[in-house]
Amino acid sequence: MVTKQLDITKEHCPMTFVKTKIELSRLQPGDLLEVLLTEGEPLENVPRSATEQGFRVLEIIHVKDDIHKITIEK
Amino acid sequence: MEFTDSQTERYSRHIILQDVGVEGQIKISEGKVLIVGAGGLGAPVALYLAAAGVGTIGIIDGDVVDLTNLQRQVIHFTPDVNKAKVLSAKEKIAQLNPEVKVIAYQELLSTYNIFDIIKEYDIVVDGTDNFPTKFLINDACVLAQKPFSHGGILRFEGQTFTYTPGNACYRCVFDSPPPPNVVPTCSQAGVLGSIAGMLGTIQATEVLKFLVNKGELLTNRILTFNALSMDFRTIRFGKNTNCPICGEHPSITGLQTYELPACDLKH
Repeated sequence: MVTKQLDITKEHCPMTFVKTKIELSRLQPGDLLEVLLTEGEPLENVPRSATEQGFRVLEIIHVKDDIHKITIEK
Repeated sequence: MEFTDSQTERYSRHIILQDVGVEGQIKISEGKVLIVGAGGLGAPVALYLAAAGVGTIGIIDGDVVDLTNLQRQVIHFTPDVNKAKVLSAKEKIAQLNPEVKVIAYQELLSTYNIFDIIKEYDIVVDGTDNFPTKFLINDACVLAQKPFSHGGILRFEGQTFTYTPGNACYRCVFDSPPPPNVVPTCSQAGVLGSIAGMLGTIQATEVLKFLVNKGELLTNRILTFNALSMDFRTIRFGKNTNCPICGEHPSITGLQTYELPACDLKH
């Protein structure tokens, strides 16, 4: 099992989820992707879109300031 | 295959879709589609497939752009009058999406060239305006087991279905072409320009669904619409065991040549 990191704190909708999906496409089922993202639109939409499309969001933790880390299982 | 940053942006709305995604967009990029006719139907089909990033688009048409075409053939512009349609289409596609490889055939599709041409493609789009070529495409695609999208428009009406090997073909419903000049052509009967877009975009959508292998194609059913009443219907039809080309005892085992209506030769 692999765990990869992705930083989308500089991205805007829809590229936040686009980059997340591209990174997920490189993983195998069961692998984990840790995504750093900012509050607001990315934190609201990326976990929701990932769940809608059949991925599991395992945890969302506050890192610092407006940055959060979500862990997605493929 | 890895997308560049600009490809990721260009195709972002596809990549987000669950039923396309990265995998689907790769299939689209690897897709090879032949469009027969760069006219009313071929124009929106070519534009949407190019925009979608279809890797290779073949376009066959022997005509040049005429002023009367511009009312509906939206890939051709006023300065293109008298230019070969395939060249005009190729130039627009290059501007829309330079990543698409366009193969232009400035010739008529015929019994002589059809097998050689279609074998290079995953699916064929019928954007023709005459019955002889529609039957030619059907017969060659059935014999070569090549998927195709049938399309036809006249006045305010359109019809389309999709053939894939093993499913019903055009001859399962329409045994043979009507005699020349019994059914008027668009140049005789007229056609509302925008319905070319309505039907062509349905055909383009079928091609994209076929390439990404999602959803249910218009196989074994014909979609028809009347734009005046804006009624859409799908009529189910099965594979016909008595079909002269794909039935149990086919009488057609090679390509037939039917006479083109005289007016179609000039436009």
